[in-house]
Parts: sequence; C-alpha cells; structure tokens
Amino acid sequence: MSLRILVGCKRVIDYAVKVRVKPDKLGVVTDGVKHSMNPFDEIAMEEAMRMKEKKLASEVIAVSCGPQQSQETLRTALAMGADRAIHVKIEPKDYETLQPFHVSKILAKIVEEEKIDLVVLGKQAIDDDCNQTGQMTAGLLDWPQGTFVSNVEKVDGHLNVLREIDGGLETVKVSIPAVLTADLRLNEPRYATLPNIMKAKKKPMAVKSAADYGVDTSPRQEVLSVEDPPTREAGQKVESVEELVQKLKDGGFI
Amino acid sequence: GSTLVIAEHDNEKLTPVTLNAITAAKKLGDVSCLVAGTQCAKVAEEISKVDGVQKVLLADNEAFKGFLPESLTPLLLATQKQFNFSHILAGATAFGKNLIPRVAAKLDVSPISDIIGIKSEDTFIRTIYAGNAVQTVKSNDTVKLVSVRGTAFEAAGTEGGSAATENAPTAEINNSISEFVGQELSKSDRPELTSAGIVISGGRGMKNGDNFKLLYDLADNMKAAVGASRAAVDAGFVPNDMQIGQTGKIVAPDLYIAVGISGAIQHLAGMKDSKVIVAINKDPDAPIFQVSDYGLVQDLFKAIPEMTEMTKK
Repeated sequence: MSLRILVGCKRVIDYAVKVRVKPDKLGVVTDGVKHSMNPFDEIAMEEAMRMKEKKLASEVIAVSCGPQQSQETLRTALAMGADRAIHVKIEPKDYETLQPFHVSKILAKIVEEEKIDLVVLGKQAIDDDCNQTGQMTAGLLDWPQGTFVSNVEKVDGHLNVLREIDGGLETVKVSIPAVLTADLRLNEPRYATLPNIMKAKKKPMAVKSAADYGVDTSPRQEVLSVEDPPTREAGQKVESVEELVQKLKDGGFI
Repeated sequence: GSTLVIAEHDNEKLTPVTLNAITAAKKLGDVSCLVAGTQCAKVAEEISKVDGVQKVLLADNEAFKGFLPESLTPLLLATQKQFNFSHILAGATAFGKNLIPRVAAKLDVSPISDIIGIKSEDTFIRTIYAGNAVQTVKSNDTVKLVSVRGTAFEAAGTEGGSAATENAPTAEINNSISEFVGQELSKSDRPELTSAGIVISGGRGMKNGDNFKLLYDLADNMKAAVGASRAAVDAGFVPNDMQIGQTGKIVAPDLYIAVGISGAIQHLAGMKDSKVIVAINKDPDAPIFQVSDYGLVQDLFKAIPEMTEMTKK
C-alpha cells in the first residue's frame, strides 16, 4: 500500500523574532514581522518526504489554512518536495479567531476528498502553543493518533510509533489510516535548494475557502486581552561560588 | 458548575499534576474525578482522600492498558453524557495533551490548552508565543475542555477528603486501531522534574552528555531534579524528557539553577516562573543573567565541582 500523505504547514512568526504585544492589547504585532513555517511542521514535512523517498508514499500534499501569505509557506513545503499544495484561504479578520477546532474540521474534510491515508502535523504551533490540531483531526476521523512522535516505522499494514512522553519514551502500534504529530527529535528537516525552490514555483497550488469544505469558521472563543508577561528584574551578580552558596543557605535551600 | 478531573496515574499511584488540576477544578465548582485504568482501585482510594474531591468515578478495564486516547475517549463521552459536567480538566502533560483535544473534537468543543489562571467559569488565562504574551480567553462552549499547567496551581491536600467511589458509566470500548506496546521510562532516584523543589539544568555549555554527571552529583547533594535546555537535547547530550522550555516541560521550582545555558526565549518559557533563579555561565552577556536573581560569571567546570564540594553533607 502506497500512502497518500497530507502535511499541515502553518505560517507563524519566525521563532527567532521577539514578539511584541499590540497597543490595543488584543494580539501581537504581525505586520512587517518575519514569518516562517512552524518548525514542528517542517519536521512533519521532512518525515513525509522521507516516506516518499522510501517509496512508502505515493503523493505528499501540503496544506495551510491562513491569509494570502500562507502561500509563501506552502511554496517552502513544495520546495522541500511536496507534490502539490492546498491553500485554504482565510480572510485576515476571520483568521484572528481561527483555532485548531476549525482547522481540524477543514483537515478532516480534505482527508475525505483527497483520499488521504496519513496526516502528519507538527505537535504544536509556536504561536498559539495549543497542541491540539492532530488530536482533534484524529478524533473527528475516528482514526488513531500517534502524537509527539520521535520515530515511526511502517510494518505491514500498521505503524510502530515511538512517542515522547513525560518520563521517557513509549511505543504504540497504530493502524493505517492514522494521524501523526511530529516532535523535535523525529528528524532534521532539509533545506530547500535553489533548484527546488525554482521547481516549486511551477507545482500546483489549489486555493480554497473554508466554505468550500463546508466548515463554519465562526469563533467559539473570544480573546479578551493579550498582555506582556510580568517582567523579572535582573538580580545581582555574585563574585564566587562561596558567596553563591551562602546566598542559597540564607534562602534555606541548602 | 460541576467539574470532572481526569486523573493521571500509573495504576498504582496518582501523578502529582492531578492534585494541581483538582485545585483548578475547585475554583469552578464541585469536583468529581475519573480514574480509568487497569486494576487501579488503589488510585481511586488515594484520590478519594484528596481534599475537595466529592466523587470518584472508577473505570477499571483491561482496555485501558497504556491509557490510549482511542480507548479513553468513548469512556469520557459516556461519562459526560450521564453527568453533564460544566468543565472537564486534565493536567497539561503528555497524557492530558493527548486526550483532551480528542474528547473535545468528539464533543464539538474548542479546548483551552495549558491554562495558568482562571478568571471566571468561562474565562481562562494562558500563555502564547512561548510565554512572551499572556492571553485571556473566554470560551463560549457549553462544556469547557481544559488542560491545566501544574506549576500554576497549588497541589490539593492529599488528606481530609472522603469522596464516595462509584463505577463510571459503562462504555463500549472497542479499540482495534491502536495498541500499547511498551514504555521505556528514565530511571532516577532524583525528584520528578515538574514537581521538584530544586531544579538544576544544563545547556550547550555542558559540552557533552558525560559532563552532566557534574550536575547529577550536585543534584544529589541538593535533592534536586536535573533538566536541560533544548540546545543540550538537540546536541544529543541528554534525552528529550529532560527538556525544559516551550516545547518541553514547564517547571516552576523554588530554586532553579541554570548551568551553561544562554537563556533562549524558548528556554525561559519553561522556567521563568521559578521563585529564585541562579545562573552560572562564563559569558557575562548571556541573556539568562537578565532574569536571574543571582548570577555567577564563571566557568561551570570550575564552579560546579566547587559547589558540589561545599554542599556535601
């Protein structure tokens, strides 16, 4: 069985950017800020490509739900090797309240339409830090979920999944079709080479809307405020280990 | 309101984060706890004594081996159908993060992850962007599915409660899609990272995995847990379950000692709520010094053995 794989590619503020809260305290500044593919989604895309290179997958489709600029993120996915892309265009106003709740519904619909066998997503997006989309997509489809994955092997008709859990590692066996979410150690994503970036420009990208998939994007949650976290004042420098140990003794730690 | 806390445990004893989740649940209404597992009656007994727990629902079934979300979700749905809780909570751990969103999807609810505060029964506080912003979010769903950051809530007392235990509703658990194979848990006599009073963490400055022994020796003198930055995990020095930060564990001990850690945003996200922060780094410009109460600019390979010597019993 050769798998048809769907990979989620969220456009997020680049991990190296220091985010700033907007003056209206309802969000963070995104205009003029560098964005990239969510790092965990890059890992997901890499894993899909490796499956394709091992001839386990027949087609890899990249999907992103977001504003017009999400197409740049999808071009990166195509340059990494995805065969084609689906941009589910969300108007900026709706995007402010779009959540994993909505995205998972869209993904589940695409799965049906495109006859997908395996969904590979990042375990969490580094903007909202929700860590929900994979689990919710699996739930909607009644598929098994291999979350926080650091290794995956296809054995016959199922997947052996190594998961990162709190005290160590866990192995679960899931049947196919399935949803996987990538953790940090699953792989090291490749860089898109210039020839591949050029090639990616010619690969097909479908533009759809949430309504095309029959998904209602009306908000279930309201963000009442977004604020700066309490700041921590830098304390004092100590000159020696001796002085440090004395401070810790004074604090009752030793 | 009436809340359900999904207990996290290993069939023998309760995972500490459950006690923090119970404290969060108490702010929302009456507290029931669901103990689902395999021969887990002991856990039900333990949780029935926790202060503030009114009812314990026990679901003891071979099918819950490995606590797979594919098996637990039908149980949660049956339980919700019978009791109509206003809130369903679990700790924001590998277990809770795996389960809560799946249940939420089946209930057609938008879950709220990793809350650090409760403003009212429908309004919660959580962090976004690795803790660089704090969001207050109001849920319009009729039932709220929430995962709770353990370090943000006190642990409920383990005595004083006398909850009645009853069997959870029976659900048809027919999981042919996933199977638990096994676990490899890191063995350690040191305290567990997320509930330890003192945490000592190493970063890229440790240079290799063997050098972490320096931190283990100091940790043993101080009864501390040992963690690591993402850089140290990425470099392969230590396993991922030691990672502290946005994509790893969140800790908030009384004392946090960062050793050879520069202080990337992602790392600060995981430890900046610690009560006292100590940084030891030979680079005086390392950002970690901007959040530390006590900073020592020194080579860790000199400072840590000295500190170990001075803290010897």
